[in-house]
Order: sequence, then structure tokens, then C-alpha cells
Amino acid sequence: MTADVNVSGSLRRRLTLILTGGAAVLAVILFLVVRVLAAQVAQQGQDNILTASMASALDTAVIREGRITLDFPYSSFSMLNTVADDRVFYAIHEGATLLSGYNWLVPPSDLVNGVATFETTIFNGDQVRVATGMRVLTGADGPRTVSVSIAQTQDALSNTLNAISRNIALLGLGFFVLSSVLAIWAASTTSGQMHRLTTSVTRRGPQDLSPVTKPVPSEMAPLVGSLNRFMSRLDQSLTQSEDFIAEAAHRIRTPLATVRSHAEATLQRVEHKENRKSLQAMVRAIDESSRAAGQLLDHAMVTFRAENLETSQIDLTDLLRDLVQSMSPMAEMKDISIAMELDGPANLQGDAILLQNALRNLIDNALKYAPVETGVTVRVVTDPRLAISIIDQGQGFAADEIHTLRGRFIRGKDMDNTVGSGLGLTIAHEVAIAHGGEMILTNTAEGGACVTLYL
Amino acid sequence: MRYLVFIAVLLLPFAGAAQDWEDRQVFGISDTPPLRILSSTDTSFFASIIEDFIATQPNTSVEYLVTGTVDLDQLFRAGPDQYDIVISSAMDLQLKLANDGFSATVVNVDHPEWAQWHNSLFAFTSEPAAIVLNRQSFSDLRVPSSRQDLIQLMRDHPDRFQGRVGTYDVRQSGLGYLFATQDARATETYWRLTEVMGRVGARLYCCSGQMIDDLQSGDLIMAYNVLGSYAQAQAETSDDLMVILPSEFPTTMMRTILASSSAPDPQRAASFVRHLLNLQAIGDPQNFPLPPLVGSPDFQTQRTINLDPALMTYLDQMKREAFVREWEDAIVQVD
Repeated sequence: MTADVNVSGSLRRRLTLILTGGAAVLAVILFLVVRVLAAQVAQQGQDNILTASMASALDTAVIREGRITLDFPYSSFSMLNTVADDRVFYAIHEGATLLSGYNWLVPPSDLVNGVATFETTIFNGDQVRVATGMRVLTGADGPRTVSVSIAQTQDALSNTLNAISRNIALLGLGFFVLSSVLAIWAASTTSGQMHRLTTSVTRRGPQDLSPVTKPVPSEMAPLVGSLNRFMSRLDQSLTQSEDFIAEAAHRIRTPLATVRSHAEATLQRVEHKENRKSLQAMVRAIDESSRAAGQLLDHAMVTFRAENLETSQIDLTDLLRDLVQSMSPMAEMKDISIAMELDGPANLQGDAILLQNALRNLIDNALKYAPVETGVTVRVVTDPRLAISIIDQGQGFAADEIHTLRGRFIRGKDMDNTVGSGLGLTIAHEVAIAHGGEMILTNTAEGGACVTLYL
Repeated sequence: MRYLVFIAVLLLPFAGAAQDWEDRQVFGISDTPPLRILSSTDTSFFASIIEDFIATQPNTSVEYLVTGTVDLDQLFRAGPDQYDIVISSAMDLQLKLANDGFSATVVNVDHPEWAQWHNSLFAFTSEPAAIVLNRQSFSDLRVPSSRQDLIQLMRDHPDRFQGRVGTYDVRQSGLGYLFATQDARATETYWRLTEVMGRVGARLYCCSGQMIDDLQSGDLIMAYNVLGSYAQAQAETSDDLMVILPSEFPTTMMRTILASSSAPDPQRAASFVRHLLNLQAIGDPQNFPLPPLVGSPDFQTQRTINLDPALMTYLDQMKREAFVREWEDAIVQVD
């Protein structure tokens, strides 16, 4: 069905892609943000310990005999012990002069009294964090500044960060998987609505043009509204054209009857052989037209009633007997005998007028196409399924046409000298469909045509 | 001995020719340069360890160089590419070497966490500082069991102890300085003891060995902070010595080893470290004649000096100056 529709992309796939893509981006952002925050917190922790160590050393600074000395406690360094055995460096400066410690640790120039300054540098290929603090001591010869820098490598810090990163990565992955599952579910739920609508429209019979009444999501309301309006317009125009045909057929039939009676009357009076011949041709043509108009009317009636079946309990035997009786004058004209074969009482629930119409058309056909002095059989079988067959002894259906003859105005090719509109089989077929059955065309072993209605 | 032991006094005139080694020996024969071990531990304790190592390594010779802990630290800092291995009892100097990046990381070592630092400095013995007495001279005196007893004893009998008490000269000995600073950190008794020893004219030594010799000869009747392992080894052969671990706490040192980060053959240096630690773990006195690592990180009763950066505290120039001045004030009595 979608083969002849111009398809571009899939809403479901697009929705899934957007949602999972969004989830992936969010997971990456989550990972980066939490990692940055964790790095900040971990760095804050190291800075706090470095500050405490630095302050405990700086507190011990005194001027003794004109010299600045620091008798810093053992704990200044022992508090810097880490699981990863991070290396520790320090330097004590008076101004820019190194008093003690490592000479590569140079204090920054913009030190403020009582405020720790932090920087990250590289020593021997290892990243180290340096905390520096400064104090002003008042000596006999004026103020003197002493600064203490404590530095520590960041092995323990990076170990912690790596562990945290692993956990956040797992968290992000979990978040992504969960979001993806939700995305797929959301996408299939949304497209499921469309799918249900499609199914309900597809499952309708070809005649069903009633509006869709099932509740639909608001986003689909415009589409369904348009569809409903379109179908109602289609229904209306179909009804109009059926009405028009029925009206037209009716209007043609009445004047034709008048013309026919006039033609017959004239025929009685005309003696000239050639004139009689053309009059007879005229009557035949009028019959043909009248019959076609009648079938058109029948067809319009069948189409209308098929949608509004008036079912009742029907005794098929009675119905067929009446029918055969009414058609026997026509049969006698061609010396054709109509035989009825019933294997038992046959009753069914159906529309009597429609069935009558269909069977009359079929018997009419059989009488028309059967050769003179042959028999037409009407056979009713009730087991396993109710079936009515009309069998003649004519030349049968052509094998290459047997499947197309049910269409409107389609006639067999070799039937040019026989009056017919091509609607008889169509009417019978539609009646069978309206009753939930079907019509099958076959040829008998002797070559005659056999039309079977399964009901 | 299955391997020839060379007394390398006449050999190897190149590196450190002017250096005055306490001892210098080459183990094994090889056409490649020897593994050079710089150590403060007497050769007798290490000979069997080195021979065991050579047995597992074909075509390897080992040059074992012995000197004092301070000297050793300076030598190694001056030429870290001259030596493969540094073994010392001065934990503070060793830790500073590792901290300053002189040591190489040795991987695949199954060693307790508390006995290693930065995967590059490994402790392999536990050795308490002891009070060692000359048994004969102490025959009529009460045997002290703590530092407090010792102070009391010297106060009661100043004439008996005059000039016959020995301890480390912390200015010369790195191990002596480590013991002194750790004692001072732990208890105020240390300063009183030092003062009392100064009052009886304590004699100052560079090394445990000489103190033990003088104790055996009777020149000393008591020595404080002697390396217990050396004293114990002597006490087993001589009845003159009595080794006492102070009952309040014996300050316990761990001998440490590190591989030089600029060693000529880092693989060989690392495998020696692994070999030593493995022998320590097996603990067969035949192959490992040193006192084993006492296996617990419980430092309360034993008071083992912790391997952590705080060891660098007393190595600070200012702190050292202050400490030495205070120590001198206490022990070097002005007549």
C-alpha cells in the first residue's frame, strides 16, 4: 500500500534519534560537569590541608637574636601524608632570600598578609600544588616579612579523581541507557496512534465512507478531520451520481415504452417487407435500450440497498419457483426448458428483493445465451454451504475472460448479436457480496456456463 | 665460600679514589660494570645476601661500599648515576632522597604498605635503639630498665660514670640524629638524660661499632641509643655486654633500601631490591642475617619511626641548627 506513496524518513526513527541523541549529549554534559565539580572539591581538599600545614609552620616564625627562625612542628609535614605517598616540598623565605628548604620554590610577589596563595607548577615532570602564606614580623630594625611555601604532588588527588570519573562514567552510561529505553518507548507509543488509525481505515469495506469516530490525539485531529471531510464529500458525490443514473434510466424507460408500443402498432399496419424489417430492428433496439435502462436501475437499487440491507427470513424454494414461473414465457419463446433441482428445504436470512433481482438477471442471462431447444438448470445445494447455481448448455465463458466479467459494463466478446448491458453479473456479484458471500463463474464439463452464488 | 671475595683496596682506582671507605668489597666476577651498592650497614650482614643474589643472576658482580649515613647521603646526592643501590639506617635522609626524586619506582613488590614509601623506598629491618651496659662494671649497681632509671643512676653515682658514658654525636651520625630527634619528639626525659650525660662527661661517637668496642674493653660502662642489632650480635659472643630495651618505649628504626633513579642498569637495580625484600619475607637467618621487619603497623608499644614526609622536619636547616645548638648546650659541658 505504501509502495505508491512518496515516503521520506520515519517519524518514529526521527523521534528515537532525537531523543537518544539528546540523552547522549546530556550524559556527556553530566559527566563533564560532575567531573569538573569533583576536581574542584578534591582540589579544595588538598588546598585546605596545604593551608593548614603552611599556617602551622608560619605560626612558629620568631625573630631570635636578629634572625628569623621557624621551629615548625612535626605535624606540619605529617598531616600531608597520603595513601599515594605524595611527595612534599617546602621553602621558607625572608623577602626573596631563601632561609631554608627547596630553592626552586619561589614565593609569588603579590603575597598578602594572612591570605594563602595557591598555584600549580611542574617539578621534575610531576604536577605540584603550592600554597604560600606570608607574615610580617616586627623586629628591632623594622618590619620583616617571612613567607612559607608548602608544595605537594597530586598522585592521591588524581587517583581519587580517576575513581570518581569511573563512577560518573557508569552513572552517565546508565542515564543514557535508561533515557534511550524511554525514548524508544515514547516513539513507538506515538507512532502506535498513527498505526491504529491506519489499521482502522484500512480494515473498512470498500463502500464504507463513514467518518472516523474513534478518539485521536489532538495533533492528529486536523488530519483525521480532513480525511472525514474528504470521505463525506466522496460519499455525497457517489450518492449523487447513483441517483442521477437511476433518475436518467427511469426517465428513458418510460418514453421508450411509448415508442415501442407505437412501433408495434405500426408494424401491424405495414405490409412492405423491407419496412417491416427495419421496424422489427427498431423494436429490438428499443428492447435493448429498455433492458439496459432497467439494469441500470437495478444496479442503482442494488448499490443503495447493499448498504442498508432489509433482511428477512426467505424460503428460497418459493422465491425461485415464482421467478421461474414469471420467466417461463420468455423461455418458451426459445423452446428452452427450465429445470429446478433442490436437495431439500432452503431457508436463509437475506434481502428478498436483492436476491430476486440477482437471480432474475442470472436466469435472464442463461436464457439469452443458451441455444434454442436446450435446458437451463437452477440447482440449490444446502450442504456444506448454501449455493445456487444457474447452468446453461451454451458455449460457456471464454477462459481468458472468466475473471473479469464481474466488472461493470464488461461483456463477453462473442456476444455482439445478443442484447445485453454487461451489468447482469455485476449486480449478482454485488448482491452476493452484500450478503457476505461470493459469486463464482465456471464452465461445466459439457461446455456450458455455470454461475454459482454462495450465500 | 663458593664465590671469590676480593678485598678491593688495590682495585678500581677510578671512582671515588680519594674517598675513604669504611669498607669496600667486590663480590663475583663479571665483564660488565658491577652493581654498586652504597651502604651504611657492615659488610658482614650483607655478604650472604649479595652472594645469594649473584647466584641467581649470571655474569653479575657487586661492589659493596660502606660509609656513614651523612657521608653516604652527600656522596649519593653528588653523583646519583655512580651508584645503583642506596642502603641506610638514616630513615630521614633516605626519605628525603626519595622525596627529591633520587629513587626509582620498583614495581611488582609484595611488601606491606606501612614499610614502603612511594613504591621506591622500602624498609627491610626493625631495629630498636638500646641501652648497652658493661656487665662487669655494673655488678654492684641496679640494672636500669628505663631512661628514668638511667638518669637516677647517673645522679646517684656521678663518680662511677664520669667519662665512661657514650652516645652518638648527632652532628656526625645521621642515625644518631634520627634517634635523638625522635626521642626528643616523644619525651622530655630525653633532654634531662642528655643533660645528665653531659654532666658526667659523656663521650661522643660516630658509630655503634666503636661504642660496642669500648664497652667490651671496659672504657665505657654504659652507652645510650646504641643500635640494638649490632650490640645483640656482639652480646651473643661476649658475656661482657648487656642489651636493654628501654621499658617505656624503644625507639625503633627501619633500615631502608632504594634504587637510584639514574642507575646505569635500572632493571638490575630493581631486581636486587626485589631480591632483598624477598629474602626478608622468607626470613631464613642463613641468607638474611639482619633483624627481620617486625610485622605490625602497631607503632604504640614498639614506637617504630613512621615512613612519612614528616621525617624531613628535623632535616630542615633551621630546625637542625636549633636542635644541635640545644643538644650541644645540654651535652657539651663547658668546664
